Amino acid sequence: MLIYAVCGAGIGTSVLLKSNAERALSMLGIEAEVRAVSIDEARGADKMAQVILATPEILDQLAGIPAEVIAINNIFDLGELGEKLKATLS
Amino acid sequence: MLSSYFGPGSIVTQGTSPSFAEAVSQSVSLLVASGKAKLSYVDEVLESLKTLGPYFVIAPGLALAHAKPSDSVVAPGMALLKLAEPVMSGSANDPVSLIFSMCSPNAGEHIDMLADFGQLMSTDQVMNNLLNASALSVIEDILFKNAL
Repeated sequence: MLIYAVCGAGIGTSVLLKSNAERALSMLGIEAEVRAVSIDEARGADKMAQVILATPEILDQLAGIPAEVIAINNIFDLGELGEKLKATLS
Repeated sequence: MLSSYFGPGSIVTQGTSPSFAEAVSQSVSLLVASGKAKLSYVDEVLESLKTLGPYFVIAPGLALAHAKPSDSVVAPGMALLKLAEPVMSGSANDPVSLIFSMCSPNAGEHIDMLADFGQLMSTDQVMNNLLNASALSVIEDILFKNAL
């Protein structure tokens, strides 16, 4: 399982998303690799992730990517992250 | 340690700002004033805001302004502008009163900084305590001493 945490620059929001998604996944007992990437990297990736995590504002720019996209409103809320990941992955 | 990334004078409380873009500019200017970035970084962040919208408003009431690593960055750093009156950014997480900013000279040096920041901010009550705090000493305690 490969998950992309995406943000505009690929260094801020996405890195935070990655680190909190990893903690949420570990609480759920789900094994997955989470990579922090920029929008451009997500669009041009050789190996497409099954799931993409992003903040709502950039969803438009992720349209057309063949992955399930999850919008995260509060990236510090491990409950929101966990619930949405669980709903998508199960 | 998160405290090592906040340069001298990088936290301002009781800030006032007429707009979100102005608040972002003020917060990123704290990175410049504390020696973490050059003035051109402010423009790079504002350009990113203009192009992508308020995507760095990442939690209710909280923004983490940043742009890509560039020559404008001196060292990995963070700053915080806490507004007395929140502003609207156009995000679902409005209104925003905690305007953090960050910079990194490359795609690797700030990973520990953000991991620490993410862990602290997802701890129960830390967000609420920050949103309710106004004194500099209280905010520093929450950020640096993990005073939960």
